[in-house]
Amino acid sequence: MKLAFWRKSTNEEKASISAAAAPSGGGILQALRRSLAPEPDWSELERALIQSDAGTGVAAGLISAAREVQGGTGRERLRTALLDLMREESPSDAPSTASSEQVILLVGVNGAGKTTSAAKLAARAKAASLQPILVAADTFRAAAIDQLRLLAAREGVPIAEGKPGGDPAAAIHDALTQASAKGLHPVIIDTAGRMQTKTGLMDELTKMRRVIQKLAPTADVEVLLVIDATAGQNGLAQASGFNRAAGVDGVILTKLDAGARGGVALAVRRELGLPVRWVGVGERGSDLLPFDADAFVDGLLGDAV
Amino acid sequence: MFDALGSRLRASLQRLGGRGRISEADLEAGLAEIRTALIDADVALSVTDSLIASMRTRAHDEKVVGGIGSGDRLVAIVHAALTEALGGSGRELDLRERTASILLLGLQGAGKTTTAAKLALRLLRDGRRPLLVAADPRRPAAAEQLALLGAAIGVPVHREPIGTPVAEIGRRALESAKKLGRDLLIIDSSGRTTLDEELMRELADLRAAVNPRERILVLDAATGQQALRVAEGFKEAADPTGLILAKLDGDARGGAALSIAGGAGIPVLYLGTGERPEALERFHPDRIAGRILEMGDLVTLAEIVRDAGGDPRAPVATKSGSGAPKGEMTFSDLLEQLRQMSSMGPIGQIVKMIPGMGGVAAQAEEAVAAGELKRAEAIILSMTPTERENPSLLSIPRRRRIAAGAGRAIEEVNRLVKRLDEMRLLIRRTGGIDPARLAGGGGGLPGKHAGGYIRPKEDRKAKKARRKGGRR
Repeated sequence: MKLAFWRKSTNEEKASISAAAAPSGGGILQALRRSLAPEPDWSELERALIQSDAGTGVAAGLISAAREVQGGTGRERLRTALLDLMREESPSDAPSTASSEQVILLVGVNGAGKTTSAAKLAARAKAASLQPILVAADTFRAAAIDQLRLLAAREGVPIAEGKPGGDPAAAIHDALTQASAKGLHPVIIDTAGRMQTKTGLMDELTKMRRVIQKLAPTADVEVLLVIDATAGQNGLAQASGFNRAAGVDGVILTKLDAGARGGVALAVRRELGLPVRWVGVGERGSDLLPFDADAFVDGLLGDAV
Repeated sequence: MFDALGSRLRASLQRLGGRGRISEADLEAGLAEIRTALIDADVALSVTDSLIASMRTRAHDEKVVGGIGSGDRLVAIVHAALTEALGGSGRELDLRERTASILLLGLQGAGKTTTAAKLALRLLRDGRRPLLVAADPRRPAAAEQLALLGAAIGVPVHREPIGTPVAEIGRRALESAKKLGRDLLIIDSSGRTTLDEELMRELADLRAAVNPRERILVLDAATGQQALRVAEGFKEAADPTGLILAKLDGDARGGAALSIAGGAGIPVLYLGTGERPEALERFHPDRIAGRILEMGDLVTLAEIVRDAGGDPRAPVATKSGSGAPKGEMTFSDLLEQLRQMSSMGPIGQIVKMIPGMGGVAAQAEEAVAAGELKRAEAIILSMTPTERENPSLLSIPRRRRIAAGAGRAIEEVNRLVKRLDEMRLLIRRTGGIDPARLAGGGGGLPGKHAGGYIRPKEDRKAKKARRKGGRR
């Protein structure tokens, strides 16, 4: 049970998620008191969803799903539609905790927040009495390894480092050998940021996955795509590109506190079925929280109950 | 870049553009499609709606509905509206002061540090002596990253120990610039996930200490609806004088450029189009609007060739003289191009700038990924110099010999010969790509997309005459 624990959010953390998803301007219903009526102005709600970066197609789909919900206020109907989308229904969706070895591979475009997320995940695992190890496999970006080393030291977590300009798969190879010798897990791997359109770099990810598969065949491997909550519709392109190359299991939605509503997560979930696993709500080490659909949706909608 | 937006818009406009007359219903359906395309390209909803409204007004003012050639005229209206929203003809950085300074602003992960180095390299090449300043007192290794980038491009970096107040950093940077004889500060400020009070205070302190005339917001091209709000936040904090849109080399549609230029009135100055320090392009609203509508962008292509070390005076596609009939492309030209392309970065990016070649870009990108360019190079290298200049010499036995030499199948050699024929044809049609002429005159774009769109009011006879003249 200890294994699963660090992936659950406390009530306090759920409140932070709601607060982050509902930025200064208030939730999407804030300006729309009429949503308390059973038939709100659906087109206004659709605009609000678009402004949260859900995209035109997803916004229209959500509104028509909400309209099909029987009974309740407009808010309740839209809330039901959003929860139907964002909740993880089948158990197979949830990360398995059966194996004692866990490997988490963080992937994403440049500047999404992979390195900070890696450190935050390690901090959380450590707080739950696990013995995580960080792997600096971003051998490309200037000083990325230095950055992770500083963060690892701050969190008191061991780190395995690749060589600047070296092969990231080699770094992963060494780290996994080290981790299994010392019984360290989860193994949290930070990779270089890459655009999903760069075929060569996407192939590199496929190779990293293969190395993990070969060295830790019994481990639970979780590939997490880090998406900046301020991303617009390109977030969807990112998700499908990375999913093709590395087989993404879930999403880390970072910078939700930056004022964006993270509607791109709705689009990624709806179009590709990928669940959100973690949300970043601040800059401190403890500000990466396990995703909670109810809290996220409540924040998105605002508090006009 | 801007492609997905471009192809969506083109699809809607193609349906209308081909038509002689369009009805009120056609116009509304077209505008609705353009609206969806803009929103899905991340243009802020409010900006989108006002753009659509202005297109509708212009269409009515110019009596497009029911008029002759109304499809083409609508395309022109869309082009004009986009150009205007993107900021008309663009502006230059104001760096007359000695010591001049540029303050870079932006949220965390937007690309400030990389952009600082790119800007430094660019201005260094323009003859300035920049000093990069690491003014992020908090992010671990931010100064380290800037120092590495600075070393790579040969620009000194001023840094202070972690925790030094930014005003202090600014003052000392100014002093050391004077001591080192540098005439331009490029200041990389802290990134924060939100524009909080601390960051606002830091920016105010920096402004007070250095008084930078240029304050440039750096924004990730993938930013969504939030972009306008971010820009407005920074407007209050530091009154940005311009915008650099970073990370446009992916498939981000860059609608944020429209949101910020059109919505917040902050002009776009440069675009970040890759990870290499050279990958920073001047932003020209009219050219971008044209590129969105797939009218090609030859001037930018010429600049890229020049920056990559190609001869700006030499035409890209054809090399006159050297045995072949003047203007005919040879395998030697092709070889040169293949090599230039690999030093110019993603080939798709280049191909897209050739008018009418937008659709070929994706194909070209794939070819690179599949190693096709390398194989083509191997085949050409297996030809004798005479064969390279005179493809007509390539008989079957010769082709067989070349295939054996390159270690490829003869079919591949045949394909390459056919490719060259096709390119020759294309060049004959478009009148060649001569960057020297373009860079000099900056005039009309050659090729079949040359007319029509830009000069919608011209009568048909004049247009025909001009087109004829444009061809070689």
